[in-house]
Amino acid sequence: MGQQKNLDGYVGFASLPNQVYRKSVKRGFEFTLMVVGESGLGKSTLINSLFLTDLYSAEYPGPSHRIKKTVQVEQSKVLIKEGGVQLLLTIVDTPGFGDAVDNSNCWQPIIDHIDSKFEDYLNSESRVNRRQMPDSRIHCCLYFIAPSGHGLKPLDIEFMKRLHEKVNVIPMIAKADTLTPEECQQFKKQIMREIQEHKIKIYEFPETDDEEENRLVKKIKDKLPLAVVGSNTIIEVNGKRVRGRQYPWGVAEVENSDHCDFTILRDMLIRTHMQDLKDVTNNVHYENYRSRKLAAVTYNGVDNNKAKGQLSTKSPLAQMEEERREHVAKMKKMEMEMEQVFEMKVKEKVQKLKDSEAELQRRHEQMKKNLEAQHKELEEKRRVFEEERVNWETQQRLEQQKLEASRTLDKNKKKGKIF
Amino acid sequence: MASTEIARQAGEGVRGVPLAGHVGFDSMPDQLVNKSVNRGFCFNILCVGETGLGKSTLMDTLFNTKFEGEPTQHNQPGVTLKSYTYELQESNVRLKLTVVNTVGFGDQINKEDSYKSIVEFIDAQFEAYLQEELKIKRTLHSYHDTRIHACLYFIAPTGHSLKSLDLVTMKKLDSKVNIIPIIAKSDAISKSELAKFKIKITSELVSNGVQIYQFPTDDESVAEINSTMNSHLPFAVVGSTEEVKIGNKMVKARQYPWGTVQVENENHCDFVKLREMLIRVNMEDLREQTHTRHYELYRRCKLEEMGFKDTDPDSKPFSLQETYEAKRNEFMGELQKKEEEMRQMFVQRVKEKEAELKEAEKELHEKFDRLKKLHQDEKKKLEEKKKSLDDEVNIFKQKKTAAELLLNQAQQAGGSTTLKRDKERKN
Repeated sequence: MGQQKNLDGYVGFASLPNQVYRKSVKRGFEFTLMVVGESGLGKSTLINSLFLTDLYSAEYPGPSHRIKKTVQVEQSKVLIKEGGVQLLLTIVDTPGFGDAVDNSNCWQPIIDHIDSKFEDYLNSESRVNRRQMPDSRIHCCLYFIAPSGHGLKPLDIEFMKRLHEKVNVIPMIAKADTLTPEECQQFKKQIMREIQEHKIKIYEFPETDDEEENRLVKKIKDKLPLAVVGSNTIIEVNGKRVRGRQYPWGVAEVENSDHCDFTILRDMLIRTHMQDLKDVTNNVHYENYRSRKLAAVTYNGVDNNKAKGQLSTKSPLAQMEEERREHVAKMKKMEMEMEQVFEMKVKEKVQKLKDSEAELQRRHEQMKKNLEAQHKELEEKRRVFEEERVNWETQQRLEQQKLEASRTLDKNKKKGKIF
Repeated sequence: MASTEIARQAGEGVRGVPLAGHVGFDSMPDQLVNKSVNRGFCFNILCVGETGLGKSTLMDTLFNTKFEGEPTQHNQPGVTLKSYTYELQESNVRLKLTVVNTVGFGDQINKEDSYKSIVEFIDAQFEAYLQEELKIKRTLHSYHDTRIHACLYFIAPTGHSLKSLDLVTMKKLDSKVNIIPIIAKSDAISKSELAKFKIKITSELVSNGVQIYQFPTDDESVAEINSTMNSHLPFAVVGSTEEVKIGNKMVKARQYPWGTVQVENENHCDFVKLREMLIRVNMEDLREQTHTRHYELYRRCKLEEMGFKDTDPDSKPFSLQETYEAKRNEFMGELQKKEEEMRQMFVQRVKEKEAELKEAEKELHEKFDRLKKLHQDEKKKLEEKKKSLDDEVNIFKQKKTAAELLLNQAQQAGGSTTLKRDKERKN
């Protein structure tokens, strides 16, 4: 997109990573981890082992010490500091999960909780006045699988299927010190087979350009799901103080990679992929939630034929803007059509009026002609009559004269004048 | 250790617990940094200043490269903004740098609207980001951010004070972008004049309420250097891409008959300070301020303009759903109203036209009624004439008949006499 330019000397923006580092330390970090699994699988112990602290202690007892009838969702927040870095850690516990006789829908409170955190974030992101947006979204869900050695339970499958598109799911084999290495291998293979079979999308490690990193990632992938052991007690082994579980036959060391995958989990979860878990939550899971939510809001009342299964890339406001434009076009068309109809009707009427006028005019003309003809006829008649009369009168006069003359003659004859 | 923002956000109720060993989350900053480096960085600089103040040269000098563009003439009819994007790399850090230049700034006779295109440009970048942020399906994490992170405002080296164009422009920009004022071509000013000039500029900015960018002093690792630099603002810079041999080194400099101005000599100008502050120490802060302050202000204003509120009249917070639904209902209502109005308008026109035509029809009929009446009058007259003629004819006929009768009688009487005479004659 941009033109490549070579630098002829040191500019100094190579310090940007340092600037980012500095600012991030100043801001501090936050992480929310959810643990799900039946009670007794050592969830609290594992958390304490992971974070090397007594998150759950006598003072703040873990959920296993409290009896629950239904699935609860509980949060514990602690602030931990290390090497100048502050981390606000939130552990979300789900006591009661899988403990009932009928566990149908025991995942629902968990799903609701995850969604409500997304909802909170969405609302605070959508405010007009935005302050800092505290991120309490669940970044990672550790799912504890009981070490039965056989395979996934139906509940395990059901849960992961329902949650894999809402949160980063990392399945783990709990209390792995009850399995021998071979049993563990088998168990892991079986679980991964079933996960693939059911198309469950567990958290995937991102590909990088770094060869070294990719090698490490491959190593982790081969060991999935991780088999872990946790412990609250410190035992001395060969002069070293380690976390472990003391058995008559030996000590299962938590941080011994021959004994279990704890260190792999810890390194992956905390030391290398914590940021990526947050990024995937933000860029994938949250965005999925958000787009579904906004699509529902936008298409409320809009003809759903248009939106069948398709998520628009526009914002609801842009959607409205487009609808407005469409409406303007529609109105223009309507206006044009109405105008046309109007014009046509007017033309019709005007034409009718014209025709009517022409007709009347014609009739009038005709009558006039008629009248004129009659006039002429009358005049002719009169003329003829006049002529006849004049003739007759003239004739009459002549006759009269003749008669007069003859009478006079006669008279004169009688008088002896005429011989 | 000083409290972090996150800790403050969490509040008083959060307990701190001690760690019994090394957990490893102190690698979080590194994890974050690695991701940033992989993604690459992005920075956008806007250079505002009159033509000929050496903006392009300064950019070239700052980034040790030759950027695109030719020197512009002074005859531009208005202010346009030209932006170029470059991919730079330094060790493992990739930077996508966009340099935006104002072409024609200050060249017109009437400069009243000069700042407008600049403000529009800055707002357009905010708008693009806002639109992306509001989309239903969005890709913010791979979005190429074009918002202006720093505005270098070039002040002409008059030595006296700021021009009114400068004050007006900076006032319009200070709530939209981080302004870093610099005195351009400062090798034209002597040291003593420069000190006075800087003081004058600073006091004018303060008295006019112009908010320029302050290098942040809240982070202890850089607080000291930043606060020192703050006191040197505005930076007096000289730019040059030409190299001159000084001693046994080649340095960037401008050669005059009376001496050589070395760009990177802190006694000669503040170039090094500028580079230090802009690039090496505060680049990330400039980007952050743009995002959390200037952009948020733009967004807030825009949303309020569109009628969005955070709380309803009862001061209960709106949920996103409610807000959008309310907006949508309003919108639909508006559209329907428009449709109704148009329909009504047509109904009205039809009515009017109908009335018009009816009027015309009426007139037509009246006209023909009148004609008809005239005609009937004519006919009547004709009838009368006819009648009178007939009467005359009758009278005449009677007369004729009477006369003929008389004649006949007379003829009969006289006729016999005439006959006798004739007979006598004959005999």
